[in-house]
Amino acid sequence: MRTIKFLLRKEFLQIFRNRAMLPILFVMPIIQLLVLSFAATYELKEVDFALIDMDQSHLSRELTAKFQASGYFKLELETFDPSEAQESMNAGNVKMILRIPPDFENNLSSGKQADLQLIIDAVDGSTAGLIQSYSSSILNDLNASKLAELNIETPSPQIQQAKTINVIPQNWYNPDLDYITYMVPGILVVLVSMIGVFLSGMNIVREYEIGTIEQLNVTPIQKYQFMIGKLLPFWVIGMFDLLIGLALARFGFQIPFLGSLTTILVVAGIYLIVLQSLGLLISTLTHTQQQAMFIAWFIMVIFILMGGLFTPIESMPQWAQNLTLANPIAYFIKIMRMVLLKGAGWKEIQFMVYALAAMGSGLLLISINRYKKTTS
Amino acid sequence: MPELAIQTENLTRTFGDFTAVDNITFEVKQGEIFGFLGANGAGKTTAMRMLTGLLTPSSGKALVSGKDVYSEAEAIKKNIGYMSQKFSLYDDLTSEENIRFYGGIYGIPDKELGKKIDEVIESVGLGDVRKQLVRSLPLGWKQKLAFSISILHNPKIVFLDEPTGGVDPVTRRQFWEKIYEVSDQGITVFVTTHYMDEAEYCDRISIMVDGRMDAIGTPKELKQNMNADSIEDVFIQLARSAERGDE
Amino acid sequence: MNSFAGFVIKEFKQIYRDKRTLTVLFGMPIIMLVLFGFAIRNEVTNAQIGILDLSKDEVTRTLIQKLEASSSFQIQAYLESYEEVEGLFRQGNIKEVVVFESDFKEKLIRDNKADIQIITDATDPNLANLVQSYTSNIIRDYVKELNETGEVQKAGLNPQVRMMYNPELRSVNLFVPGLIAVILMLISALMTSISITREKELGNMEILLVSPLKPYHIIIGKVLPYLVLSVVNVVTILVLARFVFQVPFQGSYFLFFTEAILFILTALALGVFISSAANNQQTAMMVSLAGLLLPTVLLSGFIFPVDSMPVPLQIVSHAIPAKWFLIIVRSIMLKGSEFILIWKETAILAGITFFFIALSLKNFKVRLQ
Repeated sequence: MRTIKFLLRKEFLQIFRNRAMLPILFVMPIIQLLVLSFAATYELKEVDFALIDMDQSHLSRELTAKFQASGYFKLELETFDPSEAQESMNAGNVKMILRIPPDFENNLSSGKQADLQLIIDAVDGSTAGLIQSYSSSILNDLNASKLAELNIETPSPQIQQAKTINVIPQNWYNPDLDYITYMVPGILVVLVSMIGVFLSGMNIVREYEIGTIEQLNVTPIQKYQFMIGKLLPFWVIGMFDLLIGLALARFGFQIPFLGSLTTILVVAGIYLIVLQSLGLLISTLTHTQQQAMFIAWFIMVIFILMGGLFTPIESMPQWAQNLTLANPIAYFIKIMRMVLLKGAGWKEIQFMVYALAAMGSGLLLISINRYKKTTS
Repeated sequence: MPELAIQTENLTRTFGDFTAVDNITFEVKQGEIFGFLGANGAGKTTAMRMLTGLLTPSSGKALVSGKDVYSEAEAIKKNIGYMSQKFSLYDDLTSEENIRFYGGIYGIPDKELGKKIDEVIESVGLGDVRKQLVRSLPLGWKQKLAFSISILHNPKIVFLDEPTGGVDPVTRRQFWEKIYEVSDQGITVFVTTHYMDEAEYCDRISIMVDGRMDAIGTPKELKQNMNADSIEDVFIQLARSAERGDE
Repeated sequence: MNSFAGFVIKEFKQIYRDKRTLTVLFGMPIIMLVLFGFAIRNEVTNAQIGILDLSKDEVTRTLIQKLEASSSFQIQAYLESYEEVEGLFRQGNIKEVVVFESDFKEKLIRDNKADIQIITDATDPNLANLVQSYTSNIIRDYVKELNETGEVQKAGLNPQVRMMYNPELRSVNLFVPGLIAVILMLISALMTSISITREKELGNMEILLVSPLKPYHIIIGKVLPYLVLSVVNVVTILVLARFVFQVPFQGSYFLFFTEAILFILTALALGVFISSAANNQQTAMMVSLAGLLLPTVLLSGFIFPVDSMPVPLQIVSHAIPAKWFLIIVRSIMLKGSEFILIWKETAILAGITFFFIALSLKNFKVRLQ
């Protein structure tokens, strides 16, 4: 016990004396949280578009105005030359071309089909989908009002008979479809994970590379004491960072906090140990920092990508979704979101927590086992 | 047998088909200063690592302070001191902090610890720089500090691996005076070196060549047996037959 | 010249012998490509949904069948009452509940309209949007069918949508160019910075500086192997992307590789710069990861569109080399652009490269301690 005290003292002294690491440990996560939360969004802000209006009618101008009035679309280029518009899209200056053929107004007023073309830059499929979606809304509105007008002027049985199904969307938990609410809990998880995996493990490998590990191996320090000495300081730092992050999330970003903070902290504590054990395991695989860092990074990237932070797990094929069962990051992100945003409690998350605890114990045991004070 | 600090019998260590230490058999008496000589690559460090519980032997027997290196490695560690080639002090801690850390690890109670720290600082002459990071200390002082730390807990045996590497002759001489002090207190000193003049300071020495122990005895005995004027000569004669070069 | 050749050969050997790192260096791009090609995407497949059918008539059954048949959805639950929705969402797996109002068929025949509520779990707004629009599309198609069977003339606006460059809206087409940028940053910047600081940390740098090698020899020698590795990686990714994932390549290969080499140089310059400022590997690594890699992944437009970001971040993204490279590569690969369309971005990349090379040189001259 006393031994652990001395180990911890040494570790903390070394950590806080490392001038370069301090900002990385405390300031960096905060900055990343801020930047990431604002950057990670698919929301459509402004779509620059080109207009080819061959009709130049009341209707076509009304249509264009409606697009602009929506707040999402900005008219960048007006031309009669389709290739000019195309060039503009090739160069990335516009994301959509709105092409209105001649006889547009005439067709509509005579109760016929009024064609028009929307050419959308689909390099980013997500954005393109949204652009289409918003355009459809605008067009549907216009269509409905125009048809209603027509009906009053020249009532026609055909138009009256058209059936519609009203789709009423309701968004629960995040009615404003605010990305930040969704991303911040996940980002917090990722940041804390970085600290968990990299620091403890790297630290041990560093002692190997410098040579101080030998001096430790020759002392009566026991394996578990050594490990605790390496894990605990960074566990404390990780939890501390998480608390700050949570405070920022709550009071800065106004993220809902429907569930219990205690639950989050308990799960976080377990989660950190899982990740630190992973870092520990990696440190038993290699004796150079470069390699250790690389392996750690490799694994983390895969876990983060597959963790449902950037793209939904639901979008993945079945085999990939199955893999997430072994991904601690995926679990914690899900738990964070469920507890914070939906107010889930122990009942809903218990199995995931068991899974995390199992992972942590497993990894820890393997690492302790692998670590040898005496080489054989 | 409390009289023998170290006892080995056919101690061997192989790495694949390379035999680093080849069936060495020898004894070190309690209280001796035992010099473990040999060229680079002769197997000295490997042998030492087996005796300090850092490496398990491939075959053969070894007892350190009467304890078996195979089964009681951790018990051995409680009673030995070790100073590695790289001195292994924490660069980013002060001398004081290094002493406190290792003292605590070896179980020196808090009451004594403060006193010990002052003693060591005093004896190494670090009074003015006790709060400076070890990184900024000159090599000679680091060396003395590392040595003092290795005997902090009054071990029965202290292992020194090339402790005087890279320092000037005056500092080396001072260091050996410290070794004598320690030996006078009854601590066995097991030291490897490739400075042949230091061999003369030891009670007994052994010379390793290609993993084997090709000579063992007092410096005087060796010189007589090989008809040599100095240990250096002894060494050169033996080394001529060596096959292994630098590590 | 001989000592330089010797140095370069040693560097290559060291890297080649480090099998673990090598595995990661080559394995990582391939695995990431597989992930991005198959798993990381924004399309919706098999999203779990619930149905609350308050009407239970032919029309609702038809609609439900259509939802079931779609590959986007998997009906996981049939609810009996509105109260169940909350509990279902809280369990976490259901993303949407489709609610058909009572007397659906009658209302449709009698009033020509009926209501469907689509309740989404909007904790993930993007997914909610996607799921909602997929559902709406299915419903809309059904309405179209309905109206066609009568003698209703299709009156009204009829938009024809054409998706350019990526008609199937495949995420992989968006991600692959970005992946190239990320991998190059990783290898060229991160590895280089670690490699050089490693020499510093282990004390070898002084030995090198004292040798007949000039400082720039050392830098070039350190950097050359990673240049080669990067090129190999780019080719690998490209080949896999083309032939396994059918990512289009409309433009010129020559232009692509020229730009790629420019970006590699940018990344290398950044790596060298970081190593000139960092004293040990851990610092170099954290700075590279936090200051280089993370921004590259997040702010360059790799996954999240730059246009969606708040203005301050859009400004910051101008400073990220990968952002410009992404525009260039997406232009070449997906739009078939020629140089004239991307000269601006190229110039910016070149500028950034020179800037960091100059800074590094300055740092190195100063830091011969």
